[in-house]
Amino acid sequence: MSHHLVELKRLVHVYPDGTAALNEVSLRITHGECVAVIGANGAGKSTLLLHLNGCLVASSGEVRVGDFPLTKATLPQIRRTVGMVFQDPDDQLFMPTVLDDVAFGPLNLGLPPTEAEERSRNALVLVGAWHLRSKPPYLLSGGEKKRVAIATVLAMSPDILVLDEPTSGLDPFARRQLMALVRGFRHTRIIASHDLDLVIDLCERTVVLHEGRVAADGETRELFRDDALLARCRLEKPFSMQGCPVCGVVRRIA
Amino acid sequence: MHMADALLSPAVGGTMWAVSTGTIAYCSKKVTDELDERKVPLMGVLGAFLFAAQMINFSIPGTGSSGHLGGGLLLAILLGPHAAFLTIASVLLVQALFFADGGLLALGCNLFNLGFFPAFIAYPLIYRKIAGQRPGQMRLSVAAIVAATVGLQLGAFGVVVETVSSGISSLPFSTFVLFMQPIHLAIGIVEGVVTAAIVSFVHRARPELISAARPTATPGQQSLRKLLLAFLVGAMLTGGLFSWFASKDPDGLEWAIAQVSGEAELKGPEQGMHAALAALQDRIAILPDYAFRKNEAQIQDNGGSDGNGDAYPESRLGSSVSGIVGGLLALLLAFLIGFLLKKRVRRMPRAGGLP
Amino acid sequence: MASIEGRAANFRLLDQLARADTAIHRLDARAKVVVTLTFIVVVASFDRYTVAALLPFFIFPVVLAALGKLPTAYVARNVAVAIPFALAIGLFNPLFDQRVLFELGSIPISAGWISCASIVVRAVLTLSAALILIGVTGFPAVCEALERLGMPKVLAMQMQFLYRYLFVLIEDARRSARALELRSCGRLPRLPTVASLIGLLLLRTWQRADRIHMAMLARAYRGDFHSRKAGNFGSSEVAFVAGWMALFALLRVYDASQLLGALVERALP
Repeated sequence: MSHHLVELKRLVHVYPDGTAALNEVSLRITHGECVAVIGANGAGKSTLLLHLNGCLVASSGEVRVGDFPLTKATLPQIRRTVGMVFQDPDDQLFMPTVLDDVAFGPLNLGLPPTEAEERSRNALVLVGAWHLRSKPPYLLSGGEKKRVAIATVLAMSPDILVLDEPTSGLDPFARRQLMALVRGFRHTRIIASHDLDLVIDLCERTVVLHEGRVAADGETRELFRDDALLARCRLEKPFSMQGCPVCGVVRRIA
Repeated sequence: MHMADALLSPAVGGTMWAVSTGTIAYCSKKVTDELDERKVPLMGVLGAFLFAAQMINFSIPGTGSSGHLGGGLLLAILLGPHAAFLTIASVLLVQALFFADGGLLALGCNLFNLGFFPAFIAYPLIYRKIAGQRPGQMRLSVAAIVAATVGLQLGAFGVVVETVSSGISSLPFSTFVLFMQPIHLAIGIVEGVVTAAIVSFVHRARPELISAARPTATPGQQSLRKLLLAFLVGAMLTGGLFSWFASKDPDGLEWAIAQVSGEAELKGPEQGMHAALAALQDRIAILPDYAFRKNEAQIQDNGGSDGNGDAYPESRLGSSVSGIVGGLLALLLAFLIGFLLKKRVRRMPRAGGLP
Repeated sequence: MASIEGRAANFRLLDQLARADTAIHRLDARAKVVVTLTFIVVVASFDRYTVAALLPFFIFPVVLAALGKLPTAYVARNVAVAIPFALAIGLFNPLFDQRVLFELGSIPISAGWISCASIVVRAVLTLSAALILIGVTGFPAVCEALERLGMPKVLAMQMQFLYRYLFVLIEDARRSARALELRSCGRLPRLPTVASLIGLLLLRTWQRADRIHMAMLARAYRGDFHSRKAGNFGSSEVAFVAGWMALFALLRVYDASQLLGALVERALP
């Protein structure tokens, strides 16, 4: 059971200029869970996520992924297990063509070129972007870039997927496409997002961050019924839980 | 400021290519050895940044004309000389290929003029010396201005030497120098001011990026670098002086030779081996200066002119006209072939054949 | 100097042309790079008074552009923009080299004008060769070719990054420049303003480089790069290289224009 466990124990992260980004954050996420991390801008969501694969080093506290604590020695292994998709896909797609980019990870893992290409193909087909394989990234639309970015990570066969603002900047159709994709994954998923309707749709559990601390951690629907909590953390109910703008009827969510 | 292929001879271009590729190899090794794996994406992105930044113009006070950032010195300050040199190399390649700015043969020259001088002379020997550790605003500006000015002066001088020693342009050394240096003095000062402004801006925002405390070279490396430098400068001066002397007054050279060899007229090429070689050299003409002087010799032999060469070989006269006619025909032919090929290519089915 | 928008659009167009799929495009990049470099060296090797003998060399860029479906107008436009620089130096030639070569009717043509013309012809030939090389090869392929021909890996990878982010950076600069222009009321921006604009661009760029680095680390990057493709230097490549090299050698040694001209003279009554 501990195989795909993600655990944060009293994580503290202080920026070089002294501001505390994360203040004693403790979290335990088990295999197959889909957890959302929400909060105001600057609450520490992205910072938290960046600790999960060692992109940031904690000032104090511990990070455990699977059976391993995050240390310099276990870093390569953990990076294989945790696949992270960044907020700006332009930062993630840095090779001349899509296929080059998706193959980057497998090649770095030491796979021979033929197998790396096979993996890349599978990943691209899964996200529905195989037809884009020879394109340079700057020619892709926002939605296509996001899907390709996910493919770059999937090609490494991670057990845990971390997504930072996956639907930001997407048009409604691309957004639905992406949500369907993520819903279909069996991986443990950790999603930071402002898109509260995505959160209520995909994630059974939600963690609310406020000024670097965990303000709430529980079942998503429960959480969104707590108006005081939401107001305190500069959040609100997802639109699907708010009143209809025309007739004022509030849909009841069971 | 970029050297063009049209003004370059293969000999000069090739030499500078050799020098530059040697420097590239050296810099690549140093950057790889540094084991800072952040460097490669940073170098790439800063190269792209430089490109983009060069497209933004500003007005130069007092002249009403506009200027833009060059960036060699800036890159050296941000990345250190070795990484900066490599970045400049890639920027120049993209410029040559995409924007017809500079040329492929001239790449070696341009890299040397616009990369070596800022990165290995202006930055370490001038900027660092003046700026020192943790410079204040004033010091930084002065350092940047002086370094940029000197760097560009050297670069401009490089262009002059390369052009004159190539022999394609007829500009004499002295005139060219008098033309290039003052212009690039102004450009250099502007470059220094812009660089200083950008550096101090970044210094205020994120001082750790402009760390003046870069790892200094070991004494062994220092002396090697100085030796290399001395050699290069020496080579350039020699080459430059030689071609200055040679191209300035070819007739004078022959006159000097005549004096030395004690003959009133230079004999034409001898028979047999020499003639054959001369004929071949005439055709290949890798060093056009020499071919030119050879023709001068032929003038004196055939036309009987008085060593001033005012009557170009008449043997060429007849051939010039038919040459031009033939040349135009060749041009027409080339374009006709191209046109026909285009039509054929258009009619060919697309590879893959899917609708 | 052209605006950012213009240059960016031009750049995109060339990149797009480079991704076409023709027989020429499919050739291994090494062949094309080597032949283009040879072409330029051969053109540069003529003596300064050669004009006619250079003209047959146009066959190379013309054929390549035709086979690669590069629009003539596009190539001509881009080359024409760069000619003035070579011309600026070339125009001094008539000034310093005034011996009369021959007379066209009653107009004396000095050697200086001939060498100036030579410079212009060289410029057109070499500039179009470089442009067409990219047009039929594409920058990533040229990088790979150079790497396989000996360029250090560090530089090759750096170039790939530069190219990849060139569009992104140009876009960023374009947005900033446009915002600046909209508030400049027609005046050219002053140096301190542009310096701070560029400074901010630099800082954003640096942050982006950090993020890219993190993305690379997240995908098991450890400092070395692995290539995916193997080159394919087959019979078509050999034929391409051998054929063009032979032609260049022939045209270099024998003045084809002269021969053509002589032929014409003989043909005429």
